Amino acid sequence: MATKTFAGKIIEINEEGYLVNASEWTPDVAKEIAAEEGIELTDLHFRVLDFIRDKAGSGVALTIRSIGNSGIIDIKQFYQLFPGGPLKKASRIAGIKKPSSCV
Amino acid sequence: MTTNGNDKPLKKVCIICAKANLEDVYASLVLANGAVMEGIEAKLFFTFFGLDAITKKQMHKLHTATVGNPGMRMPGGLPFPTLLGMIPGVEAGVSAMMRSQMDKLDIPGVEEFLQMITAGGGEIYACKLAMDMFKLTREDLHEEVSGVLTVGDFYAMCGGENTQIIFT
Repeated sequence: MATKTFAGKIIEINEEGYLVNASEWTPDVAKEIAAEEGIELTDLHFRVLDFIRDKAGSGVALTIRSIGNSGIIDIKQFYQLFPGGPLKKASRIAGIKKPSSCV
Repeated sequence: MTTNGNDKPLKKVCIICAKANLEDVYASLVLANGAVMEGIEAKLFFTFFGLDAITKKQMHKLHTATVGNPGMRMPGGLPFPTLLGMIPGVEAGVSAMMRSQMDKLDIPGVEEFLQMITAGGGEIYACKLAMDMFKLTREDLHEEVSGVLTVGDFYAMCGGENTQIIFT
């Protein structure tokens, strides 16, 4: 398993760049992963990331629709916040596993 | 999942839906939505009976066929007798069951699905010839539909590198 230094910490990542241990995530780690994706995180991004991390912790498969129903943002804003593959990018930045949902 | 490192990623998919069965419409919707989710451009083109999926009056009433559908089985796996499928109300009941199953998997209804696709930048079109055949006007179509196209217009949209046309 590969490792990478984010925010001064050595963190284990898988071959697709997702964190292996969600517990190693910090907001600063998120900022650096986001920078790799060309995204500068705002408070709104972090609110979405918190929602995603909560959802992942509960074991429910993450879907675009559930983010649209989160009450934080609608689906259109989600695409604007994380352009070009929002569910995957947001999951990677949130330090959780790659989403396995088709919707 | 394995990918060939030399393959250029897919840039655009153009999906054609020509049937009104719940499952055919959903195949198209899932493919289009799945594309925009991956950052792939998606154009969705509805023609012939597929127009039901974007016609305001019909889009909430899509059914799956209980007659002449070899994949149809009773809950539990026994074959579904064709004669049973002919009884009034059975097709509606089966379709309602399918929809409730889909809801459990967070698969939205047709209207919400169209909204999800356009929210992600996908575009939805209707076929002009089929519209003329079924005597439909632009007002009959859902507001998420971007326009009515001829075949030529559609092909003009399908140009470019790494573009695929999919017929469901």
